[in-house]
Amino acid sequence: MTYKRPDGRKPDETRKIEAKVGVIKRADGSAMFSFGNSKAIVAVYGPRKLHPQHLQDPEKCLLRCYYDLISFSVAERKRPGPSRRSTEVSYVTANALKKALKLESFPNSVIDVYIFIVEADASTRCSGINAASMALAHAGIPMTELVSSISIGKIGDSIVADLTKEEEDYCIKKDGKEIKAATDIPFAFLSGSEKISLMQLDGKVNVDDLKEAIALGKKMSKKIIDIQKQALKKIGEE
Amino acid sequence: MIEKKKKEKIEKKKEDSVERPKKKEEKEKKVKIERKKREVVVPGEILVSGPEFLPGENTRREEKDIIATKFGLLEKGDKIVKVIPLSGTFIPRAGNTVIGQITDISFNGWMVDIQAPKGAFLSVADCPGYINKKNLSEHHNFRDMIVTKIRSIKSKGIDLTMKERGLRTLEGGMIIRINPTRVPRVIGRAGSMVNTIKDGTGCSIIVGQNGIIWIKGRSVEDEILARKAINLIVEKPFTDGLTEKIKDFLVKYKSKEKPKEKKKEIKEEKPKKKK
Repeated sequence: MTYKRPDGRKPDETRKIEAKVGVIKRADGSAMFSFGNSKAIVAVYGPRKLHPQHLQDPEKCLLRCYYDLISFSVAERKRPGPSRRSTEVSYVTANALKKALKLESFPNSVIDVYIFIVEADASTRCSGINAASMALAHAGIPMTELVSSISIGKIGDSIVADLTKEEEDYCIKKDGKEIKAATDIPFAFLSGSEKISLMQLDGKVNVDDLKEAIALGKKMSKKIIDIQKQALKKIGEE
Repeated sequence: MIEKKKKEKIEKKKEDSVERPKKKEEKEKKVKIERKKREVVVPGEILVSGPEFLPGENTRREEKDIIATKFGLLEKGDKIVKVIPLSGTFIPRAGNTVIGQITDISFNGWMVDIQAPKGAFLSVADCPGYINKKNLSEHHNFRDMIVTKIRSIKSKGIDLTMKERGLRTLEGGMIIRINPTRVPRVIGRAGSMVNTIKDGTGCSIIVGQNGIIWIKGRSVEDEILARKAINLIVEKPFTDGLTEKIKDFLVKYKSKEKPKEKKKEIKEEKPKKKK
């Protein structure tokens, strides 16, 4: 039984992607990225002097990510400020981006990345990472490659790309009980070496499905990188 | 006599500006061709492959390929391939002349904000002349703007020096901030761009490598005109024949504004002489 997507997309089709660089004038680098209704806005500041001083690393620069959902981005108002979830996503995002940055060029300083989700409809951390990668490049920070991110999910028996909130909450009825049948796996890939810098999952998948998900993720990430490149080149040619 | 000469000059310039539009059309065509040559590259993009090329600024070599590490414009030489960054913050280097603001005074020097990723320190030993160590604020006080040079960069901070010609405290004038990546454009080849603005407005201008620019003219109007010219460069920095365009802009602006100003000056001067 193959899963039929509610918006009629093919398994390897993403929602409408929008990407724009230079959306925040006063930031050193900024970008916007959206998968359909999931929209992230990122501002990058730095490299700048790091305070408090005890956090300074004489070997490399600190990458400080701050991810948060804006209170009006979700159906029910989200209390502003850091939560358990946003702290985790910030940490994971920083690790996904770190691999592509040449942090050793700026010892004792900090790069601040502020990721705000303006509208949330699943895979917000992916749009956040995509926007952050573009914003870091726009801020003139030396990078080995760009980072692109996409969520792959197993819904029922089929593997699909770029889940929406509706698909994420997909359930099947069994013995009169509702069982969650969707597994969401967000990936982040480095553009050049095609290494994986982020993979998270909570749910159930077997090894073969996971392998298939990685292959699909790699395929989709190439498309996203093209969109990121186009957005960057567009602002450069102005 | 001098005024007559000036008027003649202005008239000449007017004639020039009438003639120019024809040339402009030709130039615009050239600009379009030039623009195609300059390619925008993103980090991770393969620029060229082959052992005959050498990686220059903001690039790295991976086996045969040369790969960009920054977002910017590609510049291909005969051998060296490099990337000119399009955006970003100031990355200090030893020998850069910068403009900074005094933020703190310690027992042997001053902390200076030069918009760099590290703190900058100006030691008393790096200042020329005698300085009374008991009262350092007499020499440079809080919020003073100074022109300094980066002497050396250490892991913890930047050392500045004032022991060179032209380095001093700035008095009066106007401070504007631009993106540091635009500084080479504002200066131009061997200072050609800055000199045209200086000649056109009669202002003295100092451009810091960190994107802070100090303008001082005889009147505020002159300073504003210089600022407008600089903003014009910052907005479209990679057009060809930009120096000529700025010249045109300044001449046009002056031919509109000058007559009024001159009358004012004459009126003011005459009563003084009678006294």
